Amino acid sequence: MLEHSLLSTLIWFPILAGVAVLAFTGDKHPRTSKILALASSVITLILCSVLYHRFDMNTALMQFQENYTWIPAYAIRYTLGVDGISMPMIVLTCYINFLVLLASWHSIKQKISQYLAAFLIMQGVIVGVFAALDAMLFYVFWESMLIPMYLCIGMWGSNNRFYASIKFFLYTFFGSALMLVALIYLGFQAHSFSILDFYSVKLAILPQLLIFFAFLLAFAVKVPMFPVHTWLPDAHTEAPAGGSAVLAAIMLKIGAYGFLRFSLPIVPDACRHLDWLMITLSLFAVIYIGFVAIVQKDMKRLIAYSSIAHMGFVTLGCFAIYRIVQNTGSLTHAYMSIEGALVQMISHGFTSAAMFFGVGVLYHQLHTRLIRDYGGVANKMPIFAALFMVFAMGNVGLPGTSGFVGEFMVVLSVFQASPWISLLATSTVVLSAAYTLWMYKRVFYGKIINEKVNTLIDLDAWDKLVFVLLALTILLLGVYPQPLLNIFHPTVEHLLSLSMQSKL
Amino acid sequence: MEQLISNITIAIVLFPLLGALVAGLLGKKMGCTWSHRATIFYVFISFVLSLYLAKLVFIEHIPTFNLVVYHWGISGGVGFDVGFLIDQLSVLMLLVVTFVSLLVHIYSIGYMQGDPGYQRFFSYVSFFTFAMLALVTANNFLQLFFGWEGVGVASYLLIGFWFNKDSATAGSLKAFIVNRVGDFGFLLGIAAILATYHSIDYSAVFAQVDTTLSQTITVIPQHPWSVITLISLLLFVGAMGKSAQIPLHVWLPESMEGPTPISALIHAATMVTAGIYMIARMSPLYQHSPTALSVILVIGASGALFTGLIAIVQNDIKRVIAYSTLSQLGYMVAALGASAYTAAIFHLSTHACFKALLFLGAGSVILACHHEQDMRKMGGLWKLMPITYLTYLLGSLALCALPPFSGFFSKDAIIDAVHQTTIPGAHYAYFCVLTGSFVTAFYTFRSLFMTFHQTPRYDTAHLHPHESPWVVWLPLVLLAIPSVLLGAWLVKPLLFDTPPLLAQSVVPHLMESPQTAWSLMEESIHSPAFWLVISGIFSAWLCYIAFPALPKFFVRVLSLPYFILIKKYGFDDFNRVVFVDGSKSLAQSFSHTGDQVVIDNFFVNGSGRAVVFLAKLGRKLQSGLIYHYSLLMAIGLIAFLILILWPLKG
Repeated sequence: MLEHSLLSTLIWFPILAGVAVLAFTGDKHPRTSKILALASSVITLILCSVLYHRFDMNTALMQFQENYTWIPAYAIRYTLGVDGISMPMIVLTCYINFLVLLASWHSIKQKISQYLAAFLIMQGVIVGVFAALDAMLFYVFWESMLIPMYLCIGMWGSNNRFYASIKFFLYTFFGSALMLVALIYLGFQAHSFSILDFYSVKLAILPQLLIFFAFLLAFAVKVPMFPVHTWLPDAHTEAPAGGSAVLAAIMLKIGAYGFLRFSLPIVPDACRHLDWLMITLSLFAVIYIGFVAIVQKDMKRLIAYSSIAHMGFVTLGCFAIYRIVQNTGSLTHAYMSIEGALVQMISHGFTSAAMFFGVGVLYHQLHTRLIRDYGGVANKMPIFAALFMVFAMGNVGLPGTSGFVGEFMVVLSVFQASPWISLLATSTVVLSAAYTLWMYKRVFYGKIINEKVNTLIDLDAWDKLVFVLLALTILLLGVYPQPLLNIFHPTVEHLLSLSMQSKL
Repeated sequence: MEQLISNITIAIVLFPLLGALVAGLLGKKMGCTWSHRATIFYVFISFVLSLYLAKLVFIEHIPTFNLVVYHWGISGGVGFDVGFLIDQLSVLMLLVVTFVSLLVHIYSIGYMQGDPGYQRFFSYVSFFTFAMLALVTANNFLQLFFGWEGVGVASYLLIGFWFNKDSATAGSLKAFIVNRVGDFGFLLGIAAILATYHSIDYSAVFAQVDTTLSQTITVIPQHPWSVITLISLLLFVGAMGKSAQIPLHVWLPESMEGPTPISALIHAATMVTAGIYMIARMSPLYQHSPTALSVILVIGASGALFTGLIAIVQNDIKRVIAYSTLSQLGYMVAALGASAYTAAIFHLSTHACFKALLFLGAGSVILACHHEQDMRKMGGLWKLMPITYLTYLLGSLALCALPPFSGFFSKDAIIDAVHQTTIPGAHYAYFCVLTGSFVTAFYTFRSLFMTFHQTPRYDTAHLHPHESPWVVWLPLVLLAIPSVLLGAWLVKPLLFDTPPLLAQSVVPHLMESPQTAWSLMEESIHSPAFWLVISGIFSAWLCYIAFPALPKFFVRVLSLPYFILIKKYGFDDFNRVVFVDGSKSLAQSFSHTGDQVVIDNFFVNGSGRAVVFLAKLGRKLQSGLIYHYSLLMAIGLIAFLILILWPLKG
């Protein structure tokens, strides 16, 4: 029974819980709404562990499938299912949301129940994006995801929040309009809106290219890829810490997920034709954005840019496969490239969320995000400084942290595509160290210059719990990524065979 | 037996980590005493277990032991493991690392006493030991890189240990970033290895070396390169970062901002020799690339001479030793370039002892002078600190490579090897390493005379230097013993026995005739190196004891060379202007022009403005005046008529 409704429960239970939490508006019962929200989040975590344990790691087939008629006139169905790519993403979503709710225990003071409800609803909708196997259902979740995030930035953000929230909304909405057209076209070709049916549709090169660009616009904005990335620094800066964490940790992954779920298997020939474009844009993300990050004055902007640079590795890993296979004549290294990209997605979820939470802790106390307002924080917050060092090292991609695994695998495999691409991508080892540790130095080290820094208080028990959980996850994934890789293997194999098969 | 060795190895590596965790997480609760007891205890166990392994490997001659602990990750048929390789080379390194680390731990009880970050310090040092042990015991490049970066982080944290000091945090950042420039190459080297050998395990790579001798890779079209040369050079870039070779040496002098025990352990004895170790470990690969060896030889020999010259003009006692370390690392790298891998490892071991001794001795002086490091404010300390003086003297003699001290044997082997080699650049390298002996002797005794002899120049009214406590001088004595004896003891088994001591792990280099320690010393009287050392010491005596006005005279006469040396050949200024300021302004222009002006202002907000503009235009049309609408209707009608009728015309 559970097998056949687990995904639906993971989608609708948090949404219903969010609606229930909304019943406690007016901040009269902040404690009740917090407990209710946290409890439902814990329940989804338990469900996630069931999902993980019952997940069969030896097959690429969709699991936990649910299939109901929804709009029969257009053959639109309510189909859900997960494979080795979407399952870890769903677990990541629930885990990060749990941490967000935990971290908001003290930091949010106004409209608490609305805040909690927004995150619970967002969680359900994002799980829906990852679980949907019907293109229309996917599209519905994809667009509805924007609303709670838009509200989150617009209501709990800082000074320039209106500009940021509108920019966020228009930018991302603009991208997905063409995707809808592409999905409808594919639906007519396949006589079904099932994404899995799209995989077997034969397409000439012209429609493939058009569909590729329609997808590209939607997904590239989400990832975000250079040059459609400028909404992200604004959105991150203005969003509350929890919003930034969800945005960076999960929402960006949806763009990359789109490439893997739609672009590569549905229009493989277009991808092969345009892989140079994707590789170039990815390298731009790594190098150009890496440089831009160095000179940011605002901590959140800096981390936002670092997110874009790290996501560059994801798109690089996804689209380097054609050249790797062409050069080596075998799929071996292409596996590593895609799996590296996938690990990077998961890992970046933790490091970026951790760093945004960290800035949130500082912002909560001093109400500034500017680097120059800090300095000497390690004197007042030694525990926080130590934990933030772990996150910074994760961001730098130090071996032993999760940040290393993905970059290492991508660099190693991309060398097969071309040593030059590998060379350019590897520049991240210098750039990420420069922007991350220079920021760390200016914020945490040195003498206390700003009087207000003297008033800082080290982490409280809740924050400590959040940060320790994140630090342990980052280290664990870095020391032993094999269990995660095991989940990917069959699905990546299947994905590679789809993306290498010509559809002409 | 296998089980035993694997358990012992795991224990050796993990115990210091355990110590680091205990001191780091529970340090505040346990207090200072128990924190240092715990960390010292764990490192001591590692040391004892390393001794046991040494007995197994060197006396019982067990075969090379290769162990996979667990599969870190498998992707696309390539397995990445965490595993250990126990052979002669790794056991020798284990001994060096645990021995020096243990003594530095003990020494730090005295040196760091009363520091608010006492527990943190011991935690970091133990963590460093763990990472270094992981590095030297690795059986594959993944774990090597893990240790490589782990020691880098430990070094970063320890240089910036006093994080309220801006020079310390700046130095730590510089060290990390320059090392990362090296890692850039190292990582690509690993990628090239995987691409060529489809594995990153040492054993798998070495087994296939012979099949790839003529394999080429085309990086630049129409210019195929030997794949082994490419790999060797890329890995060497990594070694240049970690082992501070020109031009990536700039971080090492700045690392002196960290506490002195760290300079002894990390920036002299162990971490900076990781690059030497790595190339010696890869000797089966490097052996097949004369091009790479030539590059290594020239870079190493240049470092040996030119960084030694800078030491002459330094006044900070730690900086003198730091530049001396750069110079000695140059010697080791030159030995690698001359294919004398064993000689490099030999010098690595002896250097670890006497350089750690000199640093710790300098630390003892610094303690006595209340954290004064300027030698111009010292002098005449020999009577007040006899143990420190005596051990420092022994260390200096070893560094100068005077027989029968240990540095003599190892350095002699290097000079000899560079003399023998015939690859391009050999003559230049021989000139450098030979002249370097004079320079070494001069700056070493300069610092000895300025610190311990001459008349006291410190504030005698307020400062009363005295011998340091036993936790400080005991390590000095324990390091002085191998500084004197190790060379004579190891020279025969390492270089002249058949098979030589490290034959299992390192490609041996051929010596013409079997020698003993005694015959080498006898011969040395006829060698130029010996007389250069003697004249170096004598010159230092002339300049700093006999005629103290001489240095000032030389500075005046040789003002241009002096200026060049004071500016350290301009590397720092060049890096600051070109790389630091350059990339900052590049980044600024990307950020401002690229992101803000072009993308955001022109495209993003521009399209917003365009929509508003068009909407306003449209609004003007909707004026509500009937004659406007009728005019538009008329124009529209005519336009449509033309459009429809025009094709009919032709």
